[in-house]
Order: sequence, then C-alpha cells, then structure tokens
Amino acid sequence: MALKDTYEKPVGVIGAGSFGTVVANLLARNSQVVLFTRKPEMAKQIAMTRISQGQRLHKRVDVTNDLHYLSSVCDIIFPIVPSAFFRKMIRDLSPWLKPHHFLIHGTKGLIVNEDKWHDGKPDKTLMPEDVFTMSRLIRKETLVVRVGCLAGPNLSKELADGQPAATVVASRFDEVIREGQRLLRNELFQVYGSKDMTGIELAGVLKNIIAVAAGILVGLGFGENAHGLLVSRGLIEMVYLGRLLGGETSAFLGLAGVGDLVATCSTNLSRNFSLGYRLAKGEKLSEILSSVDEVAEGVNTIIIMKTLAENMGMRAPITESLYRVMHEEMTPEDALRLLMKSPFKIDFDIF
Amino acid sequence: MLIKTRKMALNLIRPVNKVDTKRRFEPIHAGSQEWPVVQLARNRKQFVQQVTDEAVERLILLRSGIGQLVDEIEKTRYHEKLRIKTNAWKVDPEDELIFWGKVKSRLLEIDKKDGKEAEDLAKLLLRDIVSRYAEEITGNFKQTSYKFARNIVTFGFARLLNAAKIKKFGSFFRNEYTLQDKIQITGEVEHLRTLARIGTIVMVPTHFSNLDSITLGYIINELGLPPFIYGAGLNLFNVEIFAYFMNSLGAYKVDRRKKNLIYLETLRTYSSLAIRKGNHSLFFPGGTRSRAGNIETKLKLGLLGTAIEAQRINYENNTEGRASKIFVVPVVINYNFVLEAPSLINDYLELKGQERYYVENDDFTTSGKILKFLVKFFTQGSNISVSIGKGMDLFGNYVDNEGKSIDKFGNYVNTREYFSYRGKINRDTQREEEYTRMLSIRIVDEYLRINQVFASHLVPFVAFEMLKKKYPDEDLYGLLRLPLDEIEIPYEIFKETFGRVRDRIFDLYNRGQIDIAPHLTGDLDQVIGHGIYNVGLYHARRPVIKNKTGNITSQDLTTLYYYRNRMDGYGLERYI
Repeated sequence: MALKDTYEKPVGVIGAGSFGTVVANLLARNSQVVLFTRKPEMAKQIAMTRISQGQRLHKRVDVTNDLHYLSSVCDIIFPIVPSAFFRKMIRDLSPWLKPHHFLIHGTKGLIVNEDKWHDGKPDKTLMPEDVFTMSRLIRKETLVVRVGCLAGPNLSKELADGQPAATVVASRFDEVIREGQRLLRNELFQVYGSKDMTGIELAGVLKNIIAVAAGILVGLGFGENAHGLLVSRGLIEMVYLGRLLGGETSAFLGLAGVGDLVATCSTNLSRNFSLGYRLAKGEKLSEILSSVDEVAEGVNTIIIMKTLAENMGMRAPITESLYRVMHEEMTPEDALRLLMKSPFKIDFDIF
Repeated sequence: MLIKTRKMALNLIRPVNKVDTKRRFEPIHAGSQEWPVVQLARNRKQFVQQVTDEAVERLILLRSGIGQLVDEIEKTRYHEKLRIKTNAWKVDPEDELIFWGKVKSRLLEIDKKDGKEAEDLAKLLLRDIVSRYAEEITGNFKQTSYKFARNIVTFGFARLLNAAKIKKFGSFFRNEYTLQDKIQITGEVEHLRTLARIGTIVMVPTHFSNLDSITLGYIINELGLPPFIYGAGLNLFNVEIFAYFMNSLGAYKVDRRKKNLIYLETLRTYSSLAIRKGNHSLFFPGGTRSRAGNIETKLKLGLLGTAIEAQRINYENNTEGRASKIFVVPVVINYNFVLEAPSLINDYLELKGQERYYVENDDFTTSGKILKFLVKFFTQGSNISVSIGKGMDLFGNYVDNEGKSIDKFGNYVNTREYFSYRGKINRDTQREEEYTRMLSIRIVDEYLRINQVFASHLVPFVAFEMLKKKYPDEDLYGLLRLPLDEIEIPYEIFKETFGRVRDRIFDLYNRGQIDIAPHLTGDLDQVIGHGIYNVGLYHARRPVIKNKTGNITSQDLTTLYYYRNRMDGYGLERYI
C-alpha cells in the first residue's frame, strides 16, 4: 500500500518484544517506522537479520538504539515495553519529548510509586494514588499530554500470522484516537476508539489476573463449565478492582475487557495463562520466572492489586487466592476449593 | 509530637512570612491610557461589532445550513419567551417581549422563502440577535466612575476603620490604619505585576461571597494593576450599589438564565476577543459561590476555555507583544466569616447531588444589609487575606519572570506545540476542551496549595469531625439534626486533637502543599481562642462556641458544617 500523505514523518515504536515487533509491522503497512530496542547488540542483530522475536520485519521498519533520534524524527510514538522497564524507558525518553508528541502505549501492567515499592513488593500502606497505569506514568514523567493506549484481544503470534483481529485505541483526545486508527487499520485489523482511557487501560491490565487463574484451571484438568464460571466471576472482580483505580464499568464490557479476557484465558499463547498452567502442574513461581524471557505482567499485577484491595477494605477472592498460590501459601487445589466456598451468591451486580 | 510552644512551631522549615501591610505598589502603567480596559471602552462600538461578526461566523459554522440555523433561532426564541414569563429581573430591558415577537414574525417570513433568500434572511436575523446579546454583555467602563468608586472604597472604608480603631475625637480623619491592615495580600505579588506588564492575565479566584468582587477590585488596584474585565452575574445589577461598582470596575454582564447556544457563543466570543486584545480578565471558574463552603473542585469550563482558544488564535495569527502570551493566576480569598453562609449551606443541603437552576436569594439582596455588614466588618475586626498564586501558562506549567513556561523538570516549554498537529497549529475544539479540563485540575491543585489556613477554619473542622467520630452511625443529615444541648466536646480532648491536626498542617506546609496564616503558629490555647472568636463572627447563631464549663459546643450545626468544609481536600480527616 502506498504511503498516504505528504507529511512524511515515520512512526516510532519503542520496544522490540513480541507485541512491539508486531505493532511495528502493522504500522509499516501504512507508514515508515522506526523501531527502538534498548540493547545495542540486539539492535544490530535485528537490523542485520531483519528478524525480531521470530517475526520477519517489514521493509519499511528501520531499527535504532537511539531514543533521541527516534523522538526527533517521529511525531507519533508507540511505547510497548514491559512494565518492569517502562519507568526507566520513559525517563530516558522524557528529555527528548515535546508537546507535539503523541504517545500511544501498549503495555498492560502497573507501576508503583518508587517510595512504596521495595524489592519487588509494594509497601503495606499502598493507596490508589501510589499505583500507576502507563498513561498516568507518562503524564507524570513527561510533558506530553496527548496520550493514548492500545488494548483488546491482540495476541502477538496470531497478529503476526495475519489473522483477523481488532484493537481499541483509547485516549481523552479525539485526534489521538483518529491517528491510531489511521495508522493501524487494515483489511484484517479493525481499530476501535474509546474515550475512557483509564477504564480501557485497567481492563487490559486486570484481565491478566484472571488469565493466570484460567491457566491454573486448565492445568488442573478442568473443563468448560469451570472456565465459564471463572471468566464471568473474574470479570466482576476485574470491574471492582478497576473501580479502585478510577475505571468505569463500561470499559470492561468491550474489546479491552471481555474481548481480551476471552482471548487470553484460553491459550498458552498468553504468558499469563501459561504461568498459571505451570503453577498448577507443580512448578514454583521462581522456576517459571527464571525460565522465560518475557515476564508475565500478571505476576506484579496480582501482587499490587491484592495489597491495594486489602488496604481499601475490598474483597478480591480470585486475586487473593492467586497471590497465596504464587507465594506457596496454598496449593492450587486448595485455592479452588476456597473459591468455590465463596459467599457471593448474587450473580451480575456490577451496575 | 505536639508542637506546643511558639518557638518549636517556628522550627517550621519554611519561614512563615508576615505580611508587610505598609507596602505601597507603584502602578505598572504610567498612565491610564495604557489600560487595556480603557482602550476597550474607547472603542466600545467597534468592539461590540467585532464580537458580533465573530460570533455570527462561529454560529454559522456550528449550525450550517438554513434548517439548523432556523431551528436554533426558534429554540432560542422559545427559551427566551419562557424566561421572560417565568423569571423576569429588574434589570431586563423593557422591549424584550416586543423584540422576540418581531423575531417570531421574521421567522415566519423566512419560512415562506427558500434557497439563498431564506438563508440570507436567517443570517441577518441571527446577526440582530447576536448583536443584541453582545450589546447587553459588553461592559460600560468609565474611567471617571472607576476612579470615583475606587476613592470611595479606599477613603470611605479607611475612615470607618480609623474611626473604629482609634476612637478618639478627630480619629475619623486619621490615616494610621488602612485597608491594608484588614485585607492582607500575600503570595506571588511581584511576579503577578511583572507578568501583567508582559502578557495578559487571566485571574481565577475562589468564590465564596458576593463581597469577593469588591475585595478583588480593591487588591487589583492596590497592586498597581489596571482594572480587569470581569463577568458579573447579571442579577447583581438588580442591586443598585453593585450595579454601580460592577460597571466601574470593568464588569461585563453574564446572564446565567440564558443557556441557549446563541447567547453562550456570543459570551464566549466576547471573552476570547477581549483576552486577545490584551484585556486582563477575571472570572470565577467555580461559576458561582461555593455553596457547601469548600474550595471549588469542579470548575466550569466555558469561559476558561476561551482563554485557551484565545492563546491558540494568538499563536495562529503570530500576535506580538503583550497580548500574545496569556497567564493564569489562581487566587484564594481567605475569610474568617462569610455573610451568606447560612443560606448558601441551606441551598447546598437541599440540592445535594443535583445540578438545578436556583433562584438567587441571599443576604446581599439589599444595599442596606451590605452596608450593615461592611460597617460591622470594619469596626469589629476579622481580616481577609488574599493569596496570589504563581503564574502559570494555560497548560499548568509555571512561568518565570520573563513569562517563559517551565515544565516540571525545569526545562523551557514551547507551548505553541500543544496546538500543533502534523507540524502546524490547527483548530481542534475537542482538544481544547480536554486542555481546559486539564487546566481546571491544575487550578484546583493550586487552590489547595496556596490556601491559607486560619484558626477559624481549623476550629470548625476539628469540632465537626470529632462529632462525626462520636456518632459514627449518623449520616450527614443525622449529624446536622443532633440536639444542640447534646453537643459538647471536652476542651482538653479538643485541644489535643486540634494540635494533632495542626501538626499535620505544618507538615504539609513544610512540603509546600498548603499555606498558613502567621497566627496559626502561636500558643495552642491562643490559637484555638482566636479561631473560636472569629469563626462565623457575625452570625446570629455561632458555629463554634465555648459553653459555661469551657467545653466546645455549637449554636448552629449547619453553619458549623459550612465552615468545616473549607478544610476539605487535604485528607485531614485521618488525623482526628
């Protein structure tokens, strides 16, 4: 497809992980792309082999190791970096950012304020204002205000294979949504828009919790009934947790919530799902974490949300049980038994 | 640890500045010819014309096509007729019914025609309506009236003040005490004066009392600044004494009854154009006086949005000079006593949670009541302090003394770029709406930061919260209905709690998150006494009072609640 218009700045993608690479390739169908990766050797390798994360790079994707360069040639940037590295990345990027930049991130994780985060664990006094989605972090750490996020059922491998899918670009700014749509849309990839950025972000983040639980259920050998029970009760728990951080219920009922939940809860293609699966099969958390390249966001999200829910006096049974299983305080089987005893008898009560 | 002694209290890391009440400020403009508001008044007819032209253009864009335009005019006519029937004010012009009757006949005429003829007629009709609105809105600043009003205020009040304080024969003519002793100005005063020389100021104060406008008019003059234009509620012009002051202070008229699009666009165009011509503007982003007594947290975005639009248009036109850069200055007025408190809090309690039209009905309805209040104010004490915030650009970045925006990392920001898309500045109203919303959040943050805590704010807060804790099962309305003879807080426990909350405030003060009045640092008993004496000083029933045994009680729980709300927003409830 020919390039669309005369204002020919390339689009930036930060992070050459599996999702970042896929997004870079999707963008390249319509625009010139600059893809950043943190490690210089990695940048060289990808540039030479034209392969990143097992995906062949579109010819319009240039690779760089220089954030300054990327931000000077690109007006629109997609940061897609695991939450564990996001803060460092955004601080490195921040000095080069100007008010005209649009930042549309694709990271479904949470970050805790530095003074409330010690050794990978949140402080006991964690409050909602200490927990940041990536858009809130961007606003805190940079002067960029036109921020958006990507969410929805977007498993990288399937996107890379060119399977039909859709995503949501959420932003408070119509123009950011329009840009996202213009840049990403193609015949097999529909791009929806939403003004509820906080809700959409949170939906993407919190579904990872339920995905871990789904992995456990399948690992324990359970079938569709259990799966259905988990997805529906899980959605409700997601909504309640989301409200702690300012998310509206409606965001959870679309692509970013239910859509992503269903996709992620069914398959080993999801890192979160496979984490749960392996826990159910008896592996320890530390073993699992050391055996993978890309960390499942669900791990941190579970820890953070469990602490937050506790401090805010909110019951989150699925999250709590997962926390205890991850920290070996409980076996997966016992956790399931406990959940089945849960006193909540009213079904759909989140409106 | 309770900071008991004044000495310990003064170990506050940030020094508490005593206000220099004898300070005089030179006017920033040598002569009044340079006042933007004078230039506006000189070219009043032209300006009304410009407002009309631009508003008509905007409306035609918003309601393109003859069908939509006629619809809008008809809607307007309908609502205006309704308004005239159900909510007439003294200040409304007598020819209103006739005018809108003529509009109806003209609409009928347009109906009979079609194509370009109909469209031209509709546009003419629109223009006439807009022109009428623009004429009503535009202020009538007269230099002579301004100077006269200013002198009356300064001379008259100073006399009252001296007569009261000195109480000797001939004291009426003494000059020892000035309004400066009563109305203390604190905060970024020099910075404001500097910015007013190099750019256009949009001052956004909190709004608690109808007295605010006079207080602000006074301090603007005291600081040597030219008069600001200001959107005064049209209903204020029902009261003669206010009508005079409003006009002479540079007010333009805002009719909150008129919610139709044609009026609102005309109003917005007025504000936007006036700002673009370098008129310093003042508006209360809260829209109306705070009914619950708290510092506003939800701001009205309409007029605030015109400042952002004006900045974008200035950038588009590459405007040079003073008119080109617009600065936002938040201001907090700190009172011990708000005359209208009882009726305001009643309004709030009745309408809680709903946004409804209300009839303006308060203690300022007669000139007599106001004068009575002013006399009491000057003869019996109770100071007002006005906190001037640091100037910001329209994105909430602070600006330095050259008016350059500095981001949170200390780098200069080129604010033009916030309006650009694909390398060019473009008009995006949704973007500007979002920017306005963001600005309002920053302004509220600043309000909380520069708010000066008085003892008379803290005392009702502690008292009310202690009551709340004592009756945990009561909701707000239950609390307010508690029998007064059951209300008793033992003094020693009150004092201890007060000290704890005060410590927290000192902590916030050290971190630059709040401001405190110097008297707050004194001896705890004295501070509490001062607070009890001053809170709601002139209300018939006092919100906080000591009973015969020296314990804390109240004569009116709803006003207690009102004054308590002033300390909302800091999470101090956790320290009770």
